[in-house]
Order: sequence, then structure tokens, then C-alpha cells
Amino acid sequence: MASLGSTRRTFAPWADPTAKPYIRFENVTKRFGDFTAVDDLSLTIYEREFFALLGASGCGKTTLLRMLGGFEQPTSGRIFLDGQDMKGIPPYRRPVNMMFQSYALFPHMTVEANIAFGLKQDGMPKPQIAERVARMLKLVKLEPFAKRKPHQLSGGQRQRVALARSLAKRPKVLLLDEPLGALDKKLREETQFELMDLQYELGLTFVVVTHDQEEAMTMADRIAIMDKGKVLQVATPAEVYEAPSCRFVADFVGSINTFEGSVTRAGSAACIRDRSGAEFRVADAGAAAAGDTVWLAVRPEKLRVSRERPADAENALDGEVWDIAYLGDMTVYNVKLDDGRIVKASTINSIRRLEDALTWHDRAWVSFSADAGVVLTR
Amino acid sequence: MARLFSMIGSRFVIAVPYLWLLVFFLVPFFIVFKISLSQTAIAMPPYLPVFGLEEGGSGFVRNLRDLSFENYLWLFEDALYVNAYLSSLVIAAVSTLLTLLVGYPIAYGMARAPAGLRPLLLMLVILPFWTSFLIRVYAWIGILKPEGLLNQFLAFLGIIDQPLVILNTTSAVYIGIVYSYLPFMVLPLYAALEKMDYSLIEAAQDLGCPPLAAFWKITFPLSLPGVVAGCMLVFIPAVGEFVIPDLLGGSRTLMIGKTLWDEFFFNRDWPVSSAVAVVLLLILVVPIAYFQRAQARAREQES
Repeated sequence: MASLGSTRRTFAPWADPTAKPYIRFENVTKRFGDFTAVDDLSLTIYEREFFALLGASGCGKTTLLRMLGGFEQPTSGRIFLDGQDMKGIPPYRRPVNMMFQSYALFPHMTVEANIAFGLKQDGMPKPQIAERVARMLKLVKLEPFAKRKPHQLSGGQRQRVALARSLAKRPKVLLLDEPLGALDKKLREETQFELMDLQYELGLTFVVVTHDQEEAMTMADRIAIMDKGKVLQVATPAEVYEAPSCRFVADFVGSINTFEGSVTRAGSAACIRDRSGAEFRVADAGAAAAGDTVWLAVRPEKLRVSRERPADAENALDGEVWDIAYLGDMTVYNVKLDDGRIVKASTINSIRRLEDALTWHDRAWVSFSADAGVVLTR
Repeated sequence: MARLFSMIGSRFVIAVPYLWLLVFFLVPFFIVFKISLSQTAIAMPPYLPVFGLEEGGSGFVRNLRDLSFENYLWLFEDALYVNAYLSSLVIAAVSTLLTLLVGYPIAYGMARAPAGLRPLLLMLVILPFWTSFLIRVYAWIGILKPEGLLNQFLAFLGIIDQPLVILNTTSAVYIGIVYSYLPFMVLPLYAALEKMDYSLIEAAQDLGCPPLAAFWKITFPLSLPGVVAGCMLVFIPAVGEFVIPDLLGGSRTLMIGKTLWDEFFFNRDWPVSSAVAVVLLLILVVPIAYFQRAQARAREQES
């Protein structure tokens, strides 16, 4: 699989009001007894989109995927795929295929037979099956392992067999349930890009469930962040990171410092007074009105740490260096403010400078510009 | 010193099962084998020669010369024995198949039952063992006899006006064997089905396989180790079964276990009945060896 990164184009059908959604969840609710796994959820996914459902375990993301696959029926609400209502259609008649978290490879069949399984079900002629299987094996680079049984393969190879098997039938939509969850970090990173290339090359719609935000950020065109059966935000990775819709999203994706306070001046060039009395200058307070309780959220890399208060700083706090995590490419400082709050700031180590670095218990200033943070109202 | 003791201790622990097999299996087998090579006699014990210590070395050699395979030849000359063996194998095979047909849905239902309910269902399968096997087989006489519960019930429903003759036929033997050996079929099947990953069925359905086809292509092949184990556990003891054909099968049912019993107690022909037992053992070694191999293969697959 050659890298196709350079041929990627801007892809944003969700911004186009004339674009027709490919998958549509309409007010879908799923209850298991007393437990509401998915709560009145509506969502649209476009053709050829790489869509990620991101959330902690138990947030309903897997249930949503399983409803799309036909393994669960919604308690209420409707699901459309390519304009067709999916109600009552069993999994074996849906034009979607799923890659299971456990891979669910048939242990009594060879790699080849696993990949051919779905094609045989469709009654495809034998020579065509052989040809398709060969192509799939090549695609996932498993040609030498065609005759092996799943228990004779490594975890990474099994993952590829599962992928090949679910792609063999050329589904309209591929559902992936934690596709990289069982792989080690290095292999996971490699496979992320391979999945992206594959999806682009085959022109398929991918819906992937993951709890790993980095995975979702890397691969997906858009991410839906879920909590307690609801979607909190659906946006591109950059939007999710830079403009989270609420504190949960801000906190779930990456790390963030939040300052609770109330708006003293609304609109653009706003002011927020936090509970310690510090006044923050904010470029845009959005819809928040004066007097509202809001949270100013600032990502660690948008904070600057210095010994002296920078002369041009729009917002600055002082405290004591409490903890330092040196990660090589960057250093993360935890600065303890005088009221006990910890502020996290990260600095890219762009210069090889070992002396004059801040160290534990030094007094330090953390500063940030007026447009560094985002004002959250919930 | 302590290490020495622990070494001796661990050796001893390993030795216990071997010792057990030696004393309670291998030695009795050789005694039976020796009797099968003897001649019947009106004596106590009812066969000759009898090996004794007081006769010394020359007596031992003389006794050894008296042993012969005559009884085995006799077994193959008399059609009664050959027929009894064949009929036992057929009855055991048919009842094994019937037990599988009855046991598989039970085991499948148990494996698919809610996890909390499974121990209770397992318990219900094992429950009959709390009553003596003999009593349970006797109870079937009460059910199957012409004026028994089954006939009364069917007559009450108006399905029959003449009582069905079930008792003292091969059908009654089948019923008895299926009933008695059902737990031995259900338990290994349940063990195989229960550990199966249900997502495999979902994967099969996802790939376009309707539920029934998914059963034959995925569930059944994966439960084969359980099927083999269950069938062996039913077939092997059923071949030599004595109580069920004796109580339910009447005089017309020919089974080797009953033949052996008659030879031993009515004819008092210990040598021939011993030969019958040895040949039965040899016949059963084949499926037992197959069973062992299948088990080893299944273990290898899992690792």
C-alpha cells in the first residue's frame, strides 16, 4: 500500500447543504432493561467518509455500531442507509460488513476460507472467489499465510485477516469495532495509516468505534464524541480539539486547563473574572452574556512558562513549578498557583538548551494570549 | 534433607494413580485373561489349571502348557457370540445417535441460556444421578409395560385403543440407554458449546449467512470435539450394557453384556465368559484410541 496522503483532497460533504447523507440515525434510542445505551440520538454520515465514534466504555458507541450492523434493533427511532430504512433487516441482508473487536475469525477454517466465507454465501462462482481472495490477501500482505489457521497467526496478522474478510464482499459501509485495540503501539500507528489509505483507495465509508482519541484524531474525517448514550459534538478533529462544544469534550480529547469564572464583559474583547479574582482577557466570549458562569479552557501548549512575566502577556498567572515531565520532544510543566490549582503548560523543545531550564520549586509565570482559550458555557 | 523429602513426596504423588491403575485395572485384567485361557471344570474355582505356590517351578511350567486359546476359537464358531457382539454394537451405535439427537438441543439451549440460569440447568442434568441407576431403570418398567403409565396416558388421550408393546423390545432398550446416558452426552456438548465465542455467529451472519446455515457452518463444526467426547462416553459403556437390556429388553434382545452374565452365572463357564470379556475389551479399544486421539487434537487446536 503506497502512501496516498499526497493525493488526498479536501473532503467536507457535511459543510455542503446539498450533499445527501449516506447513513442517517433519526432519534434512535436503545434500552437494555432499565439501562439506556443510546438516548434519542440523531446523526448523519456521508458517503466515503471516515467517521469515528469516540467515547469511554459504556457510552453507547458500540451499541450504535451494532444497530447499524443489524445485531441490535433500536427501541425507537429509525436508521437509514443509502435512503433505505433498515428496520427489521437482519445482519445477513445488510450491505454493511463489520470487523469485530475480537476479530471473530473462524478457528476451524484457514485464512483463505475465512476470507472466502462471505463470497461463498453470495454464491459467487469459484474462479471469481479465488481471484478475489488472492486480491484481498495481497491487499493485506498475507499471501504466504493463506493456508494457515487463525491460531497460527500473530495478533497483527489476525487483524489483517479480519480486515480482509470484512472487505472481501465490497460492502457499502465497513464497521470497525476497536479495530486496533489488540495491537501494540507501534503496529497500531502503522495500521492507522494503512486503514486510511485503504479506505481512500477503495472509496468506502468507514464507521469506526474507538476509545482512543489519538486513533480517532489521526484517522477520521469527522469524530462524534459520545457520553451516556448522547452525541456531544460531531466535528472534524481540528474543531473538536480547538473548539470543543463543552467541558466533557474539551477534557476527553487531549488535556486542557479550565478556569471557572463569570463573564464581566460579553461579546468580543470580553472579560472573565475567575473565582480567585484574576481577570482574563478573552478575544471572543461567544454567546455567553455578562454575569453567566463560564469555563475558560486553554490547551497546555497554548500556555507559555517563563521566569518573568512577559511584558506583552495579555493573561498571566504566577505560581511554583510543581512537576516537570520531560518527554523529549516537549516538556510538560505543572505549575501550582498560590490558591492550590495546578496549571498544565507544555513547551516544545525546539532548541537544544539544557541550562537555564526551570526546575522544581522555581517561581514561574504562565501566560497566554486573549485568543488562546475557548469559552465554554456547559 | 527437606528437599529430598519433597522430591520423594512428589514422586509418590505421581505414583498413586499408576499404582491404582496397576492394582485395580491391570492385575484384574491379567487374572481375567488367564481365566479365559483355562478350561472349565467342576471345581472351586470352576476352572483349571489353578496356579499355586506349593507346586513349585515345574508345576508352574506344566500349568502354563495347559493354557490355550480354545475358548476364543469357540467364540467365533458359535454364531450366538458373534451375533451378540454385532447386535450390541448396532444397539449402542443407534442409541448413541439417538442420544446425540436428544442431547444436542438440550446442550445448545443450556449454553445459550442466561449465564445466571446455567448452573441451575447443569444441576438439573446431573440431578438423576442422585437416584440409583437401577431404580431409575426399574421405573421405566412401570412406565413402559402394557398397563403402564405411558399406555394409560395414551389411552386416556384416545390416541390408542390397544396398549403399545414397548417393554421387552429393542425400543425399550433404546429408551433406557438414551435416558440413562443422556447426561454423559449433554455435559461434554455443553462444555464445547458454552466456550464458543458468540461473535463468531454474528460474524457469519454479518457475512451473509442466515442463522441455520451459520449453525451448520460454524457452531456444529466447532462443537465436534464435544460431539466426539459425548458419543464415546455413551457408546463405550452402552456396548457392554447389561442392566438395561436385562430389565427392559426381555429375552429377545441379544446383547453381549447379557450373554456374558448368562455364561458366568447360569452356565458357570468362567473361562468362556472371561474370553467374551477380553474380546469385548479389544473391540472397545478401537473407539477408545480414536477418542484419545480426537481429544489430543482438540487440545492442540486450543493451545
